[in-house]
Amino acid sequence: MTESKLKLKEKIFYTTPSDDRSRMRTVANNLILHIHPTKVAKPALSFSYTWGLGGISSVLVLFLILTGVLLMFRYDASVENAYTSIQYLETQVAFGALIRNIHHWSANLLVVTSFLHLIRVFLTGGYKKGRALNWALGLFLLTLVLAFNFTGYLLPWDQLAYWAVTVGTSLLSYVPLVGTAVSNFLLGGPEVGQTTLRNFYAIHVAVLPAIMVLAMSYHFWRVRKDGGISQPESGDRERVEKVTTIPHLVQIELAATAVPTLVILVWAIFVPAPLEALANPSHPPNPAKAAWYFLGLQELLLHMHPLAAMLLPLTLFGGIAFLPKLDPQEDNIGIYFRSNKGRFAALLGALLGTILVPLAVLLDEYWLDLPRLFPTWSTLITTGLIPLLATLAMFGLIYGYFRGAGRLNHSEAIVGLFSFIMTSFVTLTLIGIFFRGANMALVLPF
Amino acid sequence: MTTQDNNLSRRDFLKLGIGALSALAVLEMSGVSLFFMQPRTLEGEFGGIVNAGPVDSFPAGSVVAFPDGRFFLIHAPDGGFLVVYSRCTHLGCTISWEADKNHFFCPCHASSFSATGDVQNPPAPRALDLFAITITDGQVLVDTGRITQRDRFTTDQLTYA
Repeated sequence: MTESKLKLKEKIFYTTPSDDRSRMRTVANNLILHIHPTKVAKPALSFSYTWGLGGISSVLVLFLILTGVLLMFRYDASVENAYTSIQYLETQVAFGALIRNIHHWSANLLVVTSFLHLIRVFLTGGYKKGRALNWALGLFLLTLVLAFNFTGYLLPWDQLAYWAVTVGTSLLSYVPLVGTAVSNFLLGGPEVGQTTLRNFYAIHVAVLPAIMVLAMSYHFWRVRKDGGISQPESGDRERVEKVTTIPHLVQIELAATAVPTLVILVWAIFVPAPLEALANPSHPPNPAKAAWYFLGLQELLLHMHPLAAMLLPLTLFGGIAFLPKLDPQEDNIGIYFRSNKGRFAALLGALLGTILVPLAVLLDEYWLDLPRLFPTWSTLITTGLIPLLATLAMFGLIYGYFRGAGRLNHSEAIVGLFSFIMTSFVTLTLIGIFFRGANMALVLPF
Repeated sequence: MTTQDNNLSRRDFLKLGIGALSALAVLEMSGVSLFFMQPRTLEGEFGGIVNAGPVDSFPAGSVVAFPDGRFFLIHAPDGGFLVVYSRCTHLGCTISWEADKNHFFCPCHASSFSATGDVQNPPAPRALDLFAITITDGQVLVDTGRITQRDRFTTDQLTYA
């Protein structure tokens, strides 16, 4: 009787045995812990290597599922009642505002942590040595996070929601071949309306969570199959020290759960999730902005034909997905920036991004007006092809500079270019968030 | 290869049959789901035909907003009528008419359009979309179910009373 009780406790929770052998057996027999190996390489536990970003993201997903299920009990996905049900949640439901705030801020933070996770994995070459599939899977998870955020954005049915989704779905329709069909399907009519709300709700609470849980499980399992997270090559394999998962990894994971829990909770108590006026299809707010994580794309749209503004990120996304093929050198795996030269390239790339992007934005805003210079040419060429080719040429130039003048190898030059592209994207996003005011004119935020 | 290999064994026949039937079943279920998910809109349903009012109520050179019909009625200085969809051709925001500046303006990405719907300021890629109009018994009738896309304004797009 007592023995079987103990076994049940061991299977679901766990007790911490005193010797390594029993600790390893506990990991192997435990429901939750068995996603881990019984022992892990000690350097893989270094916080300044992973920054715990994958773990923190998983914890946020857990918060989102828990609060999301609660919210489903109080939300009504109809144009008539959606906004009122949120107001009711905010004012009448016990802890309604808190649960909504936790959901909102976890979702926003998840965008940040999963993006940083991507950056970390790139910088340590985490897609090398047979990890190409998991890298692609990670990218897929990032798009899922964005799809979650985008569909969730509409649900409060306020001005912010309505116009961000109007802009977002119109953006989709510029994607070659399938765009219009997908956009029509999502909207279910010529404009954002009842069908759109119901579609988004079903996708947000059923379709995406199912895919997310499966894809995350696969992502974790792949880490195991790939022999743990990426690590620098050691000349002698025997010398990498291994420690038991209990307590070394589990303690770190508990900390990586406790700290975000505290941060999110305190943040959610003091900072309310935004809720603007009820959606009004005839009056877009001025300025009408998409969700903050799409403002880089929206900023790009101010300068480029929508087709070009879609093609550029799609090209880059494809490039990132195929990085394992583009950057095949494997002996620098697990080393931040590949080498000291790579670190320098990343710094220079970041510097170039933060300087050139604002300059390009100012140039296009105040001096350069290609459609007026060539009034007979189609805007597809003047605001589409020309800026697109110029941007791609810039990437080529930067890569060439690192290879030629910087005497870097291919892998290091890619680090520099990646750093330039990501910094440019972040800079564009910051410009979109802080430097665009009424009529989308450039303004100072202070 | 013997002649016997060319003959399908019973096992292979069953395998092939099960495979083909499964594929067919998957195809059918996908088809059913696809049709199930099809958005239900009727031809010309969007707003239907809207009577904008008598021709004389619009002075030449005026632009009148019809927020419920989602369009602007333009009476060109030469007497022709033009009806533009109030949805910006860039990313679908609702444009407004700014009489003092004599242009349509989209607050989302600062596109502006001339009084005939031509692009004045990008990022909008093409002129404002048109609704078909007919003028019957001195009344301007706007068919909001028929949207026409165009690159730029030409005089043959005008309808005269």
